[in-house]
Amino acid sequence: MIPGSFDYLVANSVPEAIALLEQHGDDAKILAGGQSLIPLLRFRLASPAVLIDINRIGDLEYIQETDGTLHIGALTREAELDSSSLIRNRYPILLDTSSMVADPVVRNWATVGGNIAHADPANDHPATMLALNAQVVATGPNGQRTIPIEEFFTDTTFETSLRPNEILTEIRIPAPTERSGGAYFKLERKVGDYAIAGAATYVTLDEQGNVTYAGIGLTNVGPVPIKARDAEQSLVGQALNDASILHAADLAAAAAQPNSDSRGPAEYKRAMVHTLTVRALRKSLARATGGE
Amino acid sequence: MSIHHIRVTINGTDYEGDVDSRMLLVHWIRDGLRLTGTHIGCDTTSCGACTILVDGKATKSCTMFAVQANGREIMTVEGLEQNDKLHPLQEGFHEEHALQCGYCTPGMMMTSLALLRNNPNPTEHEIRVGISGNLCRCTGYVNIVKAVQYAAEKMRAAEQVPVNAGEGGE
Amino acid sequence: MATEVFKHGLGEPYKRKEDARFIRGQGNYVDDVKLPGMLYGDIVRSPYAHALIKNIDISKALEVPGVLAVITGKDLDKAGLAWMPTLSADTQAVLALDRVHFQMQEVAFVVGTSREAAADGVEAVDIDYEPLKVLVDPKKALDADAPLLRPDKKDRQPTNQIYHWETGDREGTDAAFVEAEANGVVIKQDMYIPRIMPAPIETCGCVADYHKSTGKLTVWLTSQAPHVHRTLFAIVAGLPEHRIRIISPDVGGGFGNKVPIYPGYVCAVVASITTGKPVKWIEDRTENLSSTGFGRDYHIHAELAADKNGKVNALRVHTLADHGAFDAAAQPTKFPAGLFHICTGSYDFKHAFVDVDAMHTNKPPGGIAYRCSFRVTEASYLIERIMDTLAHDLGKDPADLRLQNFIQPEAFPYRSALDWTFDSGNYEGALRLAMKNIDYEGLRREQLEKRAKGELMGIGISSFTEIVGAGPGKHFDIAGIQMFDSCEIRVHPTGKALARIGVQTQGQGHETTFAQIIAAELGMSPDDIDVEHGDTDTAPYGLGTYASRSTPVAGAATALAARKVRDKAKKIAAYLLEVDEEDLEWEPGRFFVKGAPGKGKTIQELAFAAYTNCPPYLEPGLEAVNYYDPPNLTYPFGSYICVVDLDRGTGEVHIRRFMAVDDCGIVINPMVVEGQVHGGLTQGLAPALYEEIYYDEDGNVHGGNFQDYLIPTSMETPHWETDRTVTPSPHHPIGAKGVGESPTVGAPQAIVNAVVDALAHVGVRHIDIPITPWKVWNILKEKGLATD
Repeated sequence: MIPGSFDYLVANSVPEAIALLEQHGDDAKILAGGQSLIPLLRFRLASPAVLIDINRIGDLEYIQETDGTLHIGALTREAELDSSSLIRNRYPILLDTSSMVADPVVRNWATVGGNIAHADPANDHPATMLALNAQVVATGPNGQRTIPIEEFFTDTTFETSLRPNEILTEIRIPAPTERSGGAYFKLERKVGDYAIAGAATYVTLDEQGNVTYAGIGLTNVGPVPIKARDAEQSLVGQALNDASILHAADLAAAAAQPNSDSRGPAEYKRAMVHTLTVRALRKSLARATGGE
Repeated sequence: MSIHHIRVTINGTDYEGDVDSRMLLVHWIRDGLRLTGTHIGCDTTSCGACTILVDGKATKSCTMFAVQANGREIMTVEGLEQNDKLHPLQEGFHEEHALQCGYCTPGMMMTSLALLRNNPNPTEHEIRVGISGNLCRCTGYVNIVKAVQYAAEKMRAAEQVPVNAGEGGE
Repeated sequence: MATEVFKHGLGEPYKRKEDARFIRGQGNYVDDVKLPGMLYGDIVRSPYAHALIKNIDISKALEVPGVLAVITGKDLDKAGLAWMPTLSADTQAVLALDRVHFQMQEVAFVVGTSREAAADGVEAVDIDYEPLKVLVDPKKALDADAPLLRPDKKDRQPTNQIYHWETGDREGTDAAFVEAEANGVVIKQDMYIPRIMPAPIETCGCVADYHKSTGKLTVWLTSQAPHVHRTLFAIVAGLPEHRIRIISPDVGGGFGNKVPIYPGYVCAVVASITTGKPVKWIEDRTENLSSTGFGRDYHIHAELAADKNGKVNALRVHTLADHGAFDAAAQPTKFPAGLFHICTGSYDFKHAFVDVDAMHTNKPPGGIAYRCSFRVTEASYLIERIMDTLAHDLGKDPADLRLQNFIQPEAFPYRSALDWTFDSGNYEGALRLAMKNIDYEGLRREQLEKRAKGELMGIGISSFTEIVGAGPGKHFDIAGIQMFDSCEIRVHPTGKALARIGVQTQGQGHETTFAQIIAAELGMSPDDIDVEHGDTDTAPYGLGTYASRSTPVAGAATALAARKVRDKAKKIAAYLLEVDEEDLEWEPGRFFVKGAPGKGKTIQELAFAAYTNCPPYLEPGLEAVNYYDPPNLTYPFGSYICVVDLDRGTGEVHIRRFMAVDDCGIVINPMVVEGQVHGGLTQGLAPALYEEIYYDEDGNVHGGNFQDYLIPTSMETPHWETDRTVTPSPHHPIGAKGVGESPTVGAPQAIVNAVVDALAHVGVRHIDIPITPWKVWNILKEKGLATD
């Protein structure tokens, strides 16, 4: 309930945040929305000696589409995705995702960057970013580097390839082409919960309706966010129909590594990966072909 | 210990004080400033009894440190009544019997206030989505929805906001 | 003018008087209390479910800045306080002495100058435990190799079995079953109702303030029964009762969670006595879910005997009750299984026999709570479930089967096979109204159409009978104190009244509804009558609010006290009007002379006269008190119908509609009643689909915080539909029965019946709650019905 003691510093700019990270090293943790970190502190499951509050860096809150890329500032609040007409109209998969993060009040402070950088396989955005083939921008003392999302998550729980003196500053998503569409389906026990399982799918079709790109990401069915590569591969060059969708869902389910816990038995979760992948692909197809 | 001097405006009044960095905002408001209308109901950011507005955003004040509120504007339930006049939400909760034990009520009203400011004409579904981060054990939510609808109508009438204003918008 | 004043009597949806402070955030809950010099307490809790305590080292904790003291079991033991009596004739550890019996058990109490200091102190206490074998399965409690959990009482209880309790006619029931096995139908069903937590949004806590100079102990306490708590504190702590004041201020929900006395309270009192300062202890949510009074945890085996046409004859129930490490169940002492033997329900059983075996396990103590009316939730669940199973087995419509077996209106007062005398009922009326409101016939047609298309839709009925208003003092006592209740009314010279009652609202609206009772009797406006409760220095002795007893018992006391006031007012009127009492008539708010209606006195005039012109043969003043010993319990009832649609891909249960028809007798405030129903239904939905506390084999608790203990939000909760019938209680002064727990009692099985009904055509007979999506999905998969 009551956290342990820590020192608190405010960073008013990205360079300042990085300088503080360099100065305090392992002792320090970035405080963004805090909706994941503060509960950990309150249960004393994490006890950083220093918190660096980056919430004042207003420059990091933006949603902009330029030059064929959607740029989302890392500090953008989930609530901003919820209410953005750009997102709703052109990137509905992101609205599917943001609107399932925790609850609406938490979403006023929870950030997209935090949801990704916290690297909790139970968080919702990682699967969607994997499906979208997103990139993240990491800013450190020597400048920025762009990291493909597949390389951002390692194979260790709660670990990313961010260096200790870097912060995530931007997420980049390719703008949709004419025949592309995606969806995120999250099965939860109740509103506010983490996923029993979640599936994000994104497809791009050519003029004949064959798949030229397929991205499939899975939430909370393994130690890390899962990219269902075999399932993706199975769709490329195929028409997107019941048969190919079911086959891809089979492969996605096979890629899951769920544990049995209070959110259900592993067998159930695996089956739900199948069900949610089917539903997400059907919706992706509908959105790609103008059905929605 | 890491002590910080903070200045916060709450319900239009300026407050300041020295707080340990680990002091939760809800504890500072309740114990430090004796604004006890905001309540604590859980320890996992689940129940929303502690909801206040911080810079206009509904915020679970148990999941924010007091130091983070430095320089910000806060509104709590105590700020709803102005010049002896109840806010339409307070009226609505009373008229529609949307409270029983009263413990979740302040947080529920603050969330509803933010909801209505963003969406002046919400449907029942939109209200239910909007308050889904606030738990109530007593009312079963039916009358809370009615109370928010009551307030929405009153606020729209007062503002003379066109009926469609709630749709879309960034 | 008197008739104008009397607008607000019984049956009025009067807006609540107590709202004024709550909507302003000016409620006064225990954690709002802050006294000068107040200290804070926090509890060190065991990580192990069963272990010996080898050593407790508090030295580091005492060095933490702000920590003033650390109290251990040994310290309490010196004052004879390491153990305290429970409400079920057992004892419970206040702070563990030589061993711990459940995970999260209280082991030490840290006192500090701030919450933070106390919390840091808790982290710094070092305890050496030697883990012992853990017992979590009550079915294994009597195994040869089961650890003996309570060596402290092995002389009087040599095993883990706490009690065996039985009631009914064993021989007659057995014979009826033999007959039914031969010529009729016998249904058998195992049902497990898991442990659940009431989880009011306000957790439990207290501020204990002892003043050495006066010897007075004041405790602000989250209490549903402040007077009983005062008496228990006097007995347990050895303090003189007239110098203990319990103040239950505003309580943020109770639901039975705030009936027991918790170790934190005792420790706070001891700490205040020791330090000479007020001490606040407020538990956090995790503590609340992992250590306070739970509900249910009943392993039920139910059997029903009927003839081939579905006419029920006999009911036989065996239950294994899991009470955790200490039997701290809160119920009338003569009924260790509460009122569980209401389980013949709304049906005319000729024979019944019930027995309950209760066991200790390495879990927190309890367990009668969560809006249960003393185990009526368990009882109603089993009978409504087994009736549905009978219906499906016979191929009968569940509504028809119920109508065929209901106790008929002319049978009341009805003596059940388990010896309860039901006061009144009209079960057919309630069910038919529910069926009409929801278009039951239409739903059944729709179900057939959908089934043909492979869509799974279910309709579930629950026609429950409640039993509340405990109770007649001869049979009902809490810790020995007879379960009467009380009301004291004082009418001031200028015609306003102050009433104090012995019950304690936690959201039920007593400040309004009890004012309405008095308003109706005296023809005054509820605005002119303020109702207070919760301060044991001023309120008359009462047994508190739980088990839906306030309206049946304290409500009766209130009506009768008001009638005493009116009777005295009549005498004053006769004196002032110079007539005999028999010549007076009453209309709300006024006595007048028969045949001369212009000649009268209002209640306000009579109140004034009581102080200024009182008849010389009467005591001055206008007040009355009534302590009411009810002649019987009351029996609210209802019929609920639930419609569900199952998602064949995920197993999720969607509640499409829920129609609740309740009959609580005469309704004091229909708005308040409807609110109680909405809330109770939500607390019926929750155990049916969402809530569960369970333990792994090491006794680790699961569901011990709001992330995992799934309280329904506005999104899980359907739009409840309600209606009512009115069948007054013949023995209650205003015919009212009480309603608070009816919906929690009636709802879960309506939902379960609906889900089973959706799958009955493929042979499903029962699904244990909570009905999670994966339980449904497993069935769908097994039956070849799972899709995407």
